[in-house]
Amino acid sequence: MFDQLSDRLQATLSDVRSRGKLNEGDVDAAMREIRLALLEADVNFKVVKTFTKTLKERCLGADVLESLDPGQQVVKIVNEELTGLMGGTGRDLAFASNGPTVILMAGLQGSGKTTACAKLARHLGESGKTVALAACDVYRPAAVDQLVTVGKRAGAAVYEQGTDADPVEIAAWALDRAREEERDVLIVDTAGRLHIDADLMDELAKIRKRTKPHDVLLVVDAMTGQDAVGVAESFAEVAEFDGVVMTKLDGDARGGAALSVKAVTGKPILFASTGEKLEAFDRFHPDRMASRILGMGDMLSLIEKAEQQVDERQTEDLQKKLESDRFTLEDFLQQMRQVRKMGPLSGLIGMLPGMGAMKQLKNADVDEGELDRVEAIILSMTPLERANPAIIKGSRRKRIAHGSGTKIQQVNQLVKQFDQMRKMMRQMMSGNAPDPQQLAQMAGSAPRPKYRRR
Amino acid sequence: MPTSWQEIFDLGARGSALPAAEPESEERRRGVFGRLRESLSKSRQALTEEISASLFDRIDEETWERLEEALILADAGAPTTAEVVERLEQEVESGAVSADGDAVRERLIEILAEVASGGRSPIDLSGEPAVLLMVGVNGTGKTTTIGKLAWHLSKEFGLTVVLAAADTYRAAAAEQLAEWAQRAGAELIRSAPGGDPGAVAFDAVAAARARGADVVIVDTAGRLHTQGNLMDELTKVRRVIAKQMPDAPHETLISIDATTGQNGLRQAKIFSEAVEVDGVVLTKLDGTAKGGIVLAIANELGIPVKLIGTGETLEDLRPFDPADFARALLAE
Repeated sequence: MFDQLSDRLQATLSDVRSRGKLNEGDVDAAMREIRLALLEADVNFKVVKTFTKTLKERCLGADVLESLDPGQQVVKIVNEELTGLMGGTGRDLAFASNGPTVILMAGLQGSGKTTACAKLARHLGESGKTVALAACDVYRPAAVDQLVTVGKRAGAAVYEQGTDADPVEIAAWALDRAREEERDVLIVDTAGRLHIDADLMDELAKIRKRTKPHDVLLVVDAMTGQDAVGVAESFAEVAEFDGVVMTKLDGDARGGAALSVKAVTGKPILFASTGEKLEAFDRFHPDRMASRILGMGDMLSLIEKAEQQVDERQTEDLQKKLESDRFTLEDFLQQMRQVRKMGPLSGLIGMLPGMGAMKQLKNADVDEGELDRVEAIILSMTPLERANPAIIKGSRRKRIAHGSGTKIQQVNQLVKQFDQMRKMMRQMMSGNAPDPQQLAQMAGSAPRPKYRRR
Repeated sequence: MPTSWQEIFDLGARGSALPAAEPESEERRRGVFGRLRESLSKSRQALTEEISASLFDRIDEETWERLEEALILADAGAPTTAEVVERLEQEVESGAVSADGDAVRERLIEILAEVASGGRSPIDLSGEPAVLLMVGVNGTGKTTTIGKLAWHLSKEFGLTVVLAAADTYRAAAAEQLAEWAQRAGAELIRSAPGGDPGAVAFDAVAAARARGADVVIVDTAGRLHTQGNLMDELTKVRRVIAKQMPDAPHETLISIDATTGQNGLRQAKIFSEAVEVDGVVLTKLDGTAKGGIVLAIANELGIPVKLIGTGETLEDLRPFDPADFARALLAE
């Protein structure tokens, strides 16, 4: 079916290949399809207009590569443009040179601020920072209770004064306390507010003035539609936010709001929140978002196929290695990197060569942080160790753990899991179905129970 | 006449026994409609109830483009927008609608209201007790809506309401609902955190029956429709409720945030595959988002909007009126 954008584009551009170059008529036709795809993805109407104009210029006269059909070529360009638009010059979190770093969180009601606060607290705590949270939402029933609970889970102190105090005063008091207690970071949670609510936007401005944050983050729900632009502009004006946290990305909203916000305010998306668990929090990857916005979540999209043609030889070699049990940690590292490049992991892990689209794995939440660790561990191994993990004992383990900033147990676990995986692949090569429990164990560090356990 | 509370609720046998609530005065209605898009504390330019004048200044080729832009910006989505614009354009071209601003505007409101009325039916509160299940994605306003609903039912209709805190997952979810229960004068049934949501719902219905309460409203945890196991959990909650009372839940409402884009359609679709969704509560209409996605939901899925949320206080809940909604959709 003509679901995929590249399919639709190909249908529109079917006779281009013979001409070898895209003319204006072709490009206009392609732009119509792209416009539709972007609107479907909730990119703001006006942003789409501007974007397709720029895009048209790039596409005009673009050469049609031999290995890609014109539809694929256009999509490749769009993907690159989108990635560039959402990435590029952003900034990371700014940290204080002395005293606590203050991070102010703002956004509409229900966007996921409080959860994001706790996640950020945990994220920063992981790198050894001491974090405190300030409970400045005195309006929403039980908001303070919620922050206290999740803050504790995140390992952060929570400063609150119940719901009778003024949020601006609470923020100021919290900052004083954070200084006294020598916290590295103070994250200020605020009430959800409409950008058109003058009183509350005023309150936000006051909190900002009193706490002088190093970072102001706008929390935006990934399913936000056309309204994202208006919201972002208003918050940019009043709160002068530095970056965005995009939440609920574990859903299937295409997330065009990300492009809209960046295009209109120039502020980068810094973090992606991908689930309700505190660990589901990651740096934002513009390339993955671009693919997602274009509806190209499936690793086997046509572009990949085209590029895969080149890699066919490599894939064949890989297959042979798997069969003869010569598949090494080096190979695994390469595969993992390829998979990670292509999109968010949950659902994709089942696409590692030899695995097939295993349904069991679709629900296995993959912890990106975990994979970063795995990568680091393998990178700390020598080529010999990667080729033959059996030699990794004693002092080698210690060295690898030290070099990758992980614990010896984690190194052990990786080697063990890798062994299991190789066995499983061999099984599948010989036609036996793998054990779902084992599969799930591999995808994450712990077996996933049938119902979500939190 | 805009939709009244009496029209949006089917109170069954109770209906005739209750004193007729006062019909809303035109003043109050205008005031509330005004509040739909502006409130005293929000600084905004003066809004008129009319559709933006510039849209139908002249009727020419650009009119249809402007209209398309307005509808897309309202999150109506490309397919529904195309349908509506094509239809209107055709009617004007064929002469069925005269090519002047007023006539076109009025006809557009009619068409939009018609689309927004897809599947229209009242909220079924005829059960004794009537059981209402609230579902939806995280952060869309389920719990707040329940608080408002409970308040309206007890205040406007003198009904006794029991609330079930079946969100046993979210930190302080039961505390949040407890606060609303107190404000609304409703009883709360809850369990320890991490308890079984189905069990809470079951207990609440049982309690309501034992006490002869009129309505049970079941709050559930926010969940993404992409989480298969959580959708299964919802189906299970529904089944468990039915065990306590065979026809229950009598009404299942999904809350959709007005700022939601095209994903709203997916949400409504997948949720209704897990549980029978009877209607939508369109929340947070007090912002600048128009909630146009409900047009697609009504049009493609036949699931109507029944209530709208317009703020965070108890009173900020209204019956959905298609014509009012249509007008607000295109106003600036």
